[in-house]
Amino acid sequence: MTATAPQMRLLIIEDDRESADYLVKAFREVGHVADLASDGEEGLSMADGGDYDVLVVDRMLPKRDGLSVIGALREKGNRTPVLILSALGQVDDRIKGLRAGGDDYLPKPYSFAELQARVEVLSRRNVGPAEETTYRVGDLELDRLSHRVARGKDELTLQPREFRLLEYLMKHAGQVVTRTMLLENVWDYHFDPQTNVIDVHISRLRSKIDKGFDRPLLHTIRGAGYMIRDGLR
Amino acid sequence: MTAFGKLIRTTAFRLTLVYLFLFALFAASLLGYFAWNTRRLINEQITATVNAETAEITDIYNRRGLRGLVYSLGNRALRPGANLYLVTTPEGKAIGGNVGALAPGVMASIGWSETGYRRLDEQDTADHRALVRVTELTNGFRLLVGRDLEERRRLFGIVANAAQWSLLVVIVLGIGGGIFVARRVLQRIDAMTGTTKRIMAGDLSGRLPVGRSGDELDRLAESLNAMLERIEALMTGLKEVSDNIAHDLKTPLTRLRNRAEEALARSGSEAEYRAALERTIEESDGLIRTFNALLMIARAESGQARGNMDDFDAADVAKGIHELYEPLAEDDGMTLRVKTTAARVHGNRELISQALANLVENAIKYGKPSTVIQPLDPVAAARTHEVLIEARREGDRVLLSVTDHGPGIPESDRKHAVERFVRLEASRTLPGSGLGLSLASAVATLHGGELRLGDSHPGLTATLVIPALSAASDRLAAQTPDVPQKVA
Repeated sequence: MTATAPQMRLLIIEDDRESADYLVKAFREVGHVADLASDGEEGLSMADGGDYDVLVVDRMLPKRDGLSVIGALREKGNRTPVLILSALGQVDDRIKGLRAGGDDYLPKPYSFAELQARVEVLSRRNVGPAEETTYRVGDLELDRLSHRVARGKDELTLQPREFRLLEYLMKHAGQVVTRTMLLENVWDYHFDPQTNVIDVHISRLRSKIDKGFDRPLLHTIRGAGYMIRDGLR
Repeated sequence: MTAFGKLIRTTAFRLTLVYLFLFALFAASLLGYFAWNTRRLINEQITATVNAETAEITDIYNRRGLRGLVYSLGNRALRPGANLYLVTTPEGKAIGGNVGALAPGVMASIGWSETGYRRLDEQDTADHRALVRVTELTNGFRLLVGRDLEERRRLFGIVANAAQWSLLVVIVLGIGGGIFVARRVLQRIDAMTGTTKRIMAGDLSGRLPVGRSGDELDRLAESLNAMLERIEALMTGLKEVSDNIAHDLKTPLTRLRNRAEEALARSGSEAEYRAALERTIEESDGLIRTFNALLMIARAESGQARGNMDDFDAADVAKGIHELYEPLAEDDGMTLRVKTTAARVHGNRELISQALANLVENAIKYGKPSTVIQPLDPVAAARTHEVLIEARREGDRVLLSVTDHGPGIPESDRKHAVERFVRLEASRTLPGSGLGLSLASAVATLHGGELRLGDSHPGLTATLVIPALSAASDRLAAQTPDVPQKVA
């Protein structure tokens, strides 16, 4: 898979050599620049000095704990988005991480596709249309205030949840959004359903926004998730 | 430590010593009070007698003069148990009475005094003491009337004796009793310690001996036994779980390994490698999911998740899960309905949502009516494909239930179905980890409730029973609007 977002500068703070090397290599392969710090102290000084778009921080690090690195950065006024990686995947642990100043949390073991999607969404290069009141992808238009959705001249009727699903997808238009990201951000659930619930919601949404139009906008990205994009951009 | 050293270190023995001291103190003060009061009484009696006699004798002297006085004293002195009498001239010479010797200076001071004396007719030199009153008669003659204090001394002797003996008895009985009690306690404690050591050595079935007296040691033994019971159950559970984990994780791991090996052995095309790798990833994702579920159950069972609880309406959870699963059910040819009334609870929203989601997934997966008995009536047929999520309050409990109209679970299998990794015969062919009901049950237990499996004729009703928020805190919660808990 290639990067779906503009090139980013990443700092990976991870003490396990093998996973760190794997991450650096994988991010470089998809077109990003990735630096590596192998302990908390080094990570803090590099993050503080370098101009990174996203930090990927392991929770348990030698010399300085991951959460304390984030805390120190935030204290200095450094607002670089942080994604926390942790072997502790529990709900309260995630909340702890987010309270400490992290922006996202991914329990180990994770798939690289998931990590990449989350990092790209976090990146400050992708402020995107977050503050706009109308999102547009191709001829699909979503008005966040009046809750109107239209494709071309056709007005579309969406259920409230379908609206929020589409809103999230369009907010991150051009970026891969994974199933767990959707479950977390649209439904606010942090557990892993054993079935393909999200796929069913997506296919319903797809039948409303893409059916009958010759150019599909909502794409399935194999092995990763979904993306809304105007294919002919 | 010697046996004796062990004995005197027991709490029972030490307590005995404290009691001993207190009892001795008590006995001593009682005797002291008794002695002091008696002495006061005797003194009063003597004073009254002496005063009366002094008055009588003074009267005789006034009426019959010195001669009459001496004569009367002579008579009085002869009576058995006579008092002491002495009359002296102004020069101090004794002219009548029965006193042979007195402490010097007694006759010189008018009034009461205590003095040593000797009677005229006495030969021994033993010292007697008496309480005497000296009065002045006319013409400088002096009269002494007194009473021997022997009685008082004897009484004191008795009291002192009693004090000594009773102290001795108290001490002997106390120490003896202390040793007896301490030994008894020690024996029982030793028996308990012995059992404990055996249990620690690995024999978890051992139990502490419980006596019939129902005293505090028996109660202690009973609660320790209850604790051991729980520990044994937990250990057995743990062993079962590790056996199950070994089986249910090793099987997919073996599959994973075999596939990788097979792909490696067969030098196939890139597409084949790709497919093999993709299957490997899929398989490991399944494993991770199982791990996560196991961890979640362990966490719920150990009560760690208690820190993350707040007040919310179970009806919202039911609606949320309905909303999430409704399309999935429909795709599967089922109808998912929800019926709720306000049912506020205090708990971990995330875990309760997940528990309910598991029940709904189960209902969709296994709750299809068996094909054999298909009702012909289309309305009834539609009903059999319906899964109902319900949230309601019943007394002080909140019930979150999922009802399907599938084959259900036979009564005899229900308890078994909740255990980890158990997949009932009927479901063994369908994908799943066998942890859904275990997690739901663990979540209910965490909240002080339970998971009930019942019959819905036909079908299964799985109900999470959770204690409701009390009416008071309910009102309180209604006043403070819920702050969205979104964190991601």
